[in-house]
Amino acid sequence: MTIARLAGVDVQLNDEGFFVDPDQWTPEMVPQLAEEWGVPGPLTDQHWEVLNFMRKEYFEKGTGPTVRKLGKSADVSVGVKELYQLFPDGPAKLAARCAGIPKPKGCI
Amino acid sequence: MTLAEQFNRSATSSDGDEPITKVSIVISKASLEEIYPGLIMANGARAEGMDANVFFTFFGLDAIHKKRQDHIKVSTVGNPGLHIPTWAGGLPGVSALMTKYMEHQIEALDIPSIPDFIEMISDTGAGVYACLASVDLFKLERDDFVEHVDDIITIGDFYEMSAGGQIIFT
Repeated sequence: MTIARLAGVDVQLNDEGFFVDPDQWTPEMVPQLAEEWGVPGPLTDQHWEVLNFMRKEYFEKGTGPTVRKLGKSADVSVGVKELYQLFPDGPAKLAARCAGIPKPKGCI
Repeated sequence: MTLAEQFNRSATSSDGDEPITKVSIVISKASLEEIYPGLIMANGARAEGMDANVFFTFFGLDAIHKKRQDHIKVSTVGNPGLHIPTWAGGLPGVSALMTKYMEHQIEALDIPSIPDFIEMISDTGAGVYACLASVDLFKLERDDFVEHVDDIITIGDFYEMSAGGQIIFT
């Protein structure tokens, strides 16, 4: 367990850098999270669409979406190719870290 | 130190092994059950942030062949995992029927069809390659393959691009 200070708040992260408690997350933490995790800036509306959908899915279904689900979702206006540009090297994983939710489960 | 640096540094397994950062996956056969695993592994590798290359060789070329990739069948002869007698697997229509059944199951799980999967893998940034020796053997040309194929390469090229990663033969 690691404690990270984000937007002035101490947040618990697990061994892989995901939030232990998604309720600790606030939108104000996102710019810092994005920078810390190497999301190429600046943050756009498309980044936010992805982050909002990650959280919505997590709270509705208990797990965040995989890259394929993100790419197919009507809430997200970009496809798989663009997702890898917005959040390079593992969009679902990286977006989950920035959205303050656990690592999404799913094989596809 | 950023969070990325901090966690990448600690991204080793519990017994201290180095994480895998690159995979090169070889697909050499043309049946549905022998193509999907390699595709799933390649896609999963990219989703985990690893580099991935997929190398199609021999009959595996069917998966990237324009006219054939839509007609990949389940192997019903000599496939004990299907739990049907081998003689029954050879009857006309059985392979088509089993394929239809499997495709239905695959779709229900929201797994893409093989053509869509190849496109998706290419979109993830994974490399998609055809084996030159096999292309020559089957007298094929670049135009026979879907646009997502990055190149037709030699085995030497393959080893070169696989350097520093894991090679997985499916």
